[in-house]
Order: sequence, then C-alpha cells, then structure tokens
Amino acid sequence: MKRLFLFAGAILFALGVRAQLTIDITTSGGRQIPIAVAPMAGEGAQPQPVAEVVAADLSRTGLFRLVNTAGVNPLPTEPSEVNFAEWGARSAEALVIGKIEAVSDGRLEVRFRLFDVQKQGQLASYSYVVTPAQLRATAHRIADVIYERLTGDKGVFSTKITYVVKRGRRYELQVADADGFNAQSVLASNEPIMSPAWSPDGSRLAYVSFDQKKPIVVVQNLAQGTTRVVANFRGNNSAPAWSPDSRYLLVALSKDGLTQVYRIPAGGGDAERLTESSGIDTQPAFSPDGQWIAFTSDRGGSPQIYRMPASGGPVQRLTFEGTYNVGPRYSPDGKSIAFVQRDGGRYRIAALELATGQVTVLTDGTLDDSPTFAPNGKMILYEAQVGGRGQLAAVSGDGRVRQRLTSAAGDVQDPAWGPMPTN
Amino acid sequence: MKKAALYLAVAVLAGACASKEVQQEPAVADRSSAVPPTTGSTGASSTTRPTTMDTMRGNPLTDPNSPLSKRSVYFDFDSNAVKDEYRGLVQAHSRYMTDKRDSRIRIEGNCDERGSREYNLALGQRRAEAVKKVMTVLGVSDGRIETTSYGEEKPVAMGHDESSWAQNRRADIKYSGE
Repeated sequence: MKRLFLFAGAILFALGVRAQLTIDITTSGGRQIPIAVAPMAGEGAQPQPVAEVVAADLSRTGLFRLVNTAGVNPLPTEPSEVNFAEWGARSAEALVIGKIEAVSDGRLEVRFRLFDVQKQGQLASYSYVVTPAQLRATAHRIADVIYERLTGDKGVFSTKITYVVKRGRRYELQVADADGFNAQSVLASNEPIMSPAWSPDGSRLAYVSFDQKKPIVVVQNLAQGTTRVVANFRGNNSAPAWSPDSRYLLVALSKDGLTQVYRIPAGGGDAERLTESSGIDTQPAFSPDGQWIAFTSDRGGSPQIYRMPASGGPVQRLTFEGTYNVGPRYSPDGKSIAFVQRDGGRYRIAALELATGQVTVLTDGTLDDSPTFAPNGKMILYEAQVGGRGQLAAVSGDGRVRQRLTSAAGDVQDPAWGPMPTN
Repeated sequence: MKKAALYLAVAVLAGACASKEVQQEPAVADRSSAVPPTTGSTGASSTTRPTTMDTMRGNPLTDPNSPLSKRSVYFDFDSNAVKDEYRGLVQAHSRYMTDKRDSRIRIEGNCDERGSREYNLALGQRRAEAVKKVMTVLGVSDGRIETTSYGEEKPVAMGHDESSWAQNRRADIKYSGE
C-alpha cells in the first residue's frame, strides 16, 4: 500500500490563496503512471504556479506517480531541450513541459506539451491565452488533457463540487473547485440546508431549506443569485433530483401522509404523485437516460432500493442483501447505482452493478452518506463521519483509490459533484 | 433488558429537564421562542387571545406545572410507535385542542444521527405522523395538525452515543404562533 500526502493547501497558502480543503490520498495496488511535470518557464513571475496545480490534480487521482524534477538543469521548456534519456533514467514514462509568456493587454499565453518518454514522441500540445486570474483554471484544463490522453477517460479537474458546511448553528452552502479551492458561499442560514443537487448544465442548484422552520425545496440560479421556492406543500418537501432535460424535479413530499415521490416542474407548480405505497418512498434519482427512476422505499418492511420506469409501470426491487439500503445515485453511464448500506451498526457506500445485481462495498467508515459520482464516473464523493465530525471523502469505483478532504473548521456534509463544464 | 432501563432513564430525564434544556441548548430554543410569527400560515389568529389571557393567569402551554408544557414524545431506535408513557402527554394536548378550536399545531419529528439524512427526514415525519394519528383518534381534526421533520439535522444532544441518540429520537409539539 502506498500513501501519498498532498499538501497543496500549504503550498498555496503562502501565495495568499486560501485552501478550504486539504486532500489526503491512499492508493492500494494497481499501476501508477510515472509522470514528470516540469515547472513552466515564466511561471515564477505569475501569481499562480501552473505546473504545481497540474501535478497535484494528476496525483490526487491515485493513477499517477510524480517523478522528481529537481536537479534537471536546465529544465526543458521547448521540445528541442528535452533529454529523453535523462527522464527515462528517472523512470518517467510521461513528461510535461511548458511556458508562460505575456502577450497583449496583460494577458498570458500558456503553452504545454506532453511527451511519451520511451517513444520520444509528443502526445499533445496546446496553448491558451488567458488572464492571470484564469491561470488556475487553465492548469485544470491542462490536467484534463493529460489525464484523458494517458488514461482514455475524461478528466474532471475543471468541475465544481457543492457541499454544506455547518459551524455551530451556522449553515453555509458552498461551491468549490473539484480540488477544494475557490470555495464560495452561495447561501448562508441559521437553519439547516440539505441535499443540494446540480441542474444538468451546472447553472442552478436545487436544495432543501429549513428557513421556514420546515423543509422546502428551493432552486437557486448560481450566476444571478436568485432563488425560487419550487416545493412548499403541507408537510415535508425534500430530496430534489433533476430530470436529465432539466424540465422537472423529482421531490419527496409528505403532503398526502407519509413521504412519497412526486414530479414537479423545475420552476415550481403542481405536484404529480409517482409512487403509491403505504410506507416511505424517498430519495428519487433519474437514470442518466431519463428512462428510470430509482428510489428508497420501505414498502417491504425494511428500506430498500427500487426502480420504476419514468413513464409509469411496475416497480422493481433492486437490493436484497441486508435490512438497510438507501439513497440511490446512478453512475453517469447508467450501469451502476451507488447507495448507503447498513452492515451491523455501520453505514457504508456500496455500488450495485445493474446488469449482474452484484453489490460491492466501497468504503469502511462508520457513518458514510450521500454518495455522488464524478461526471466521468471514476470517483464517488461522499460524506464520512471522522472523529464525530462530518468530512468529505472520495473513493474510486473499484475501491482502490481513497481521498479524504479535510476542512479546518466545522462539519462538511451532503456533497454533490457538478457536471462537466459546458465550454 | 438493559435498553429498557435506559429508555426509562431518558424519559424521566426528558420530563425533568425539558424547560432547562430550552435555555441551555440553542438548537431547541425554537420550541418556544424562535419561531417567527410570520412563518406559520395560520400564525396570527391563535396568538392574540392566549397572550392576553396569559398575563392574567398564566399560559397553560408554557406553565411548567401544566402537562401541556411537556412537548416531546421520545421513540425507540428504528421505531415510530408512541409508547404508553407518552399517552398522557398526547391526550392532554388533544384535550386542549378540542377545547381551543382555533389552535393549530405542527408536530416536528426528529431522528438520531445514524443513517442517511434524507431517509431520516422521512422517518422523522413518520414519527410526527404517529403522534398525529393518536390525536386525531382523540378528536382533533386532521387539518389542524401539520407533520414535518428535521430528520437528524437538529439534535438536542450532540454526543455520538445512545444517551444522546435517545434524546434526539423524538417528536415535538409546537403551537402555531409560538
């Protein structure tokens, strides 16, 4: 087992950028791609080093091993300066070089190149013209290109996450970059905030607010900061989930007695009841193709995961092991469902493969909750209780890579991973 | 059984220090004071009369000697059964509501921290619904009781052990306008 500690937070703190979350990674087994990320020419003069962020992004996935670049003199910034034999001797299989140059009106050109060290060939070369304030975002885009080129999967370094921070009686809904940086509070309240859910285009968040001393569902436009109450029926209003076309929200309402699943227009309006049971039906989730709705129901005596066709039809039970399987979330490819499983007195994140019915327990916490898939399906972010506090953690779909995102203050809970950026 | 003794102890404790808890623990303070009068859909009507009477001879809803000042029904783990020891409390509130025809309540269910947040929100609501059912059987009309839940979001006790959890598995009765 290898342990990698990333103190990205400490590095950037010195530069005046405040890290909200520090990330600690554990990987076990599996091959890691050795990659050298050389400092970029000219980045020392910039407010934001780029190569460091690229390296931290790649390292955090657990799929790469960073090769030391110290002592290479001069560090290559042009293809002609690369001494492949030397990088090969350092066991690097991939090499990233780049440079940052001022262009017109204060903007910068960032150019990077990715090489296959063994084949001595260039795998990718891109340049971006950006403002100094965009350097960190540019570093994430570079990491996305490298990740995709070397693993075949889309990178998620340019995505956002949201989560709730609780400090004493104060609740904040925050949105941050996927690496925990640039955390911004989009809502603050002295009442609980729960269950944030991204609209498919990432422009809006639906969440549960208790500002009216009971749970209601609110949709907030992130760019404009405007909010709209979309479900405030008698009783509880909770568990919002967007339809893939953004037109509807599935919600859990108790307006007719016990909690059941309903569909409402995303802008608010009449609720159409979708489930009919004498128990609790809640935590609905659309499959990515919009064909299915998975949900939690205790109609059979214990809470289990069920699904039904979105257009109506027979309900089918999906989980059978154990007496507590709740909170389904579809993977982006629709092939599996992550959920919370109770085993003895412990609550863990598990994944159900729909084709085979096979269940794999992915985490080993005591009170894990709220799994949410990265939009490339490779990682599942969730809430874990550590030392009596809520903290975020992430696990790869195969359970091999684990991350713990530690916040300095308060409970961090109810994460939701945003969609791929649209640009 | 060990559990039963513990529940008894908790029930006694809860009965004994319900009013004290309100002062100590801000998370439950809204039981009496923090509910802004504007939030309830029916807030205004019931506040005026009781308060004028309160000053004269005390409000039975807040008088610590009145059974009506007891507002919390506690539950066993994974259960929404209203235990016999809380029947008297629920009966007292039912009688008060059948007398005071304009009174309305919200019953707020709560859970301990274990399990999934959203499912706990629904479980809390079912606890509230169980208390409501007893009250409707005793003659309070359905429309005067709204059942909601805070799930595991507003614990009274902050510990991560059974003694805290037992205090957090409860339904609170709140009168409109309080």
